[in-house]
Amino acid sequence: MKKSVKIIALVFLVGLVGIQFIPTQPNQSDSVPETDFMLVYNVPKTIQKKLQVSCYDCHSNNTQYPWYNKVQPVAWLLEDHVKEGKAELNFNEWDSLSSRRKASKIKSIISQIENDEMPLASYTLIHRDAVFTDTEKQDIINFLTELKNKL
Amino acid sequence: MLLLTLSFTNAQEKEKMNMDHSKMNMDGMKMNMEKMQDIKAEAILNDYFSLKDALVADDTKKAAQTGAKLAVSLKAFDKSNYTANQQKELVDIIADAIEHAEHIAKSNIDHQREHFKTLSKDIADMVAITGTKNTLYQQFCPMYDGGSNWLSASKDVKNPYYGSKMLTCGKVTQTIEM
Repeated sequence: MKKSVKIIALVFLVGLVGIQFIPTQPNQSDSVPETDFMLVYNVPKTIQKKLQVSCYDCHSNNTQYPWYNKVQPVAWLLEDHVKEGKAELNFNEWDSLSSRRKASKIKSIISQIENDEMPLASYTLIHRDAVFTDTEKQDIINFLTELKNKL
Repeated sequence: MLLLTLSFTNAQEKEKMNMDHSKMNMDGMKMNMEKMQDIKAEAILNDYFSLKDALVADDTKKAAQTGAKLAVSLKAFDKSNYTANQQKELVDIIADAIEHAEHIAKSNIDHQREHFKTLSKDIADMVAITGTKNTLYQQFCPMYDGGSNWLSASKDVKNPYYGSKMLTCGKVTQTIEM
């Protein structure tokens, strides 16, 4: 092997090992606050389950981390997703929003699911159960639309 | 309903102004007693109209830029000259509007228009409290998303929800003057 290739490979390896030592902030909470979406509304069991499986990892205070989260740069990527996801929408803190904000969020949720922009493709690639079937899409959109109209 | 709210808040503002008038030192100060002017609100409205024009022109890039600019002017809003109740309402309105403006700054045109609908309601609600220096027109398109409003600085109807596809579709439903 050429010397330069060996050096690059070494640097890469050292880098890879090095970043393993960088700590990340786990998104974990063992309590569900009373502001949680599921506690505020009477959510049908099937939709509850779907939200939990497809949305809550990035949009709540409690992420179910996979084994490969122990490896960088995966942990970084996931941390990034969770941080951005929670900033946009946090189901656990739903009731802290005004009715106006709730209505806006619901519109966005409907739009994102309808246009297949959520859940993220990178998420459903690994989490096959997070994918929305056409029926599941329609069910949740109907539920959310009704909710929005009652606000 | 909006007209009632507008005339009510207008009466409230006039009342507030009369009270402030008695406390004010009028030496050398010229006061326009006819219209309450909120400079920050006017800046917000200007950016909103720029955004509206960009959407009318199907210019998603310009819409993103003006959306970002609008988010900035919204954040610069000063609520201190309003009553406690008005402030509470304004905080809510502005927070929601900022979110929509920020989303518009990074979305494709379809999403921008979705957000613009709710943003327009927020801005209309803001104007109901802050008033407006210039006459505004509420315009309505019956076709977009079951019927959607927007505000315009001119009576001419140019549709921001459909742009060139249906440029003049819509009508004036309200004239807003303070």
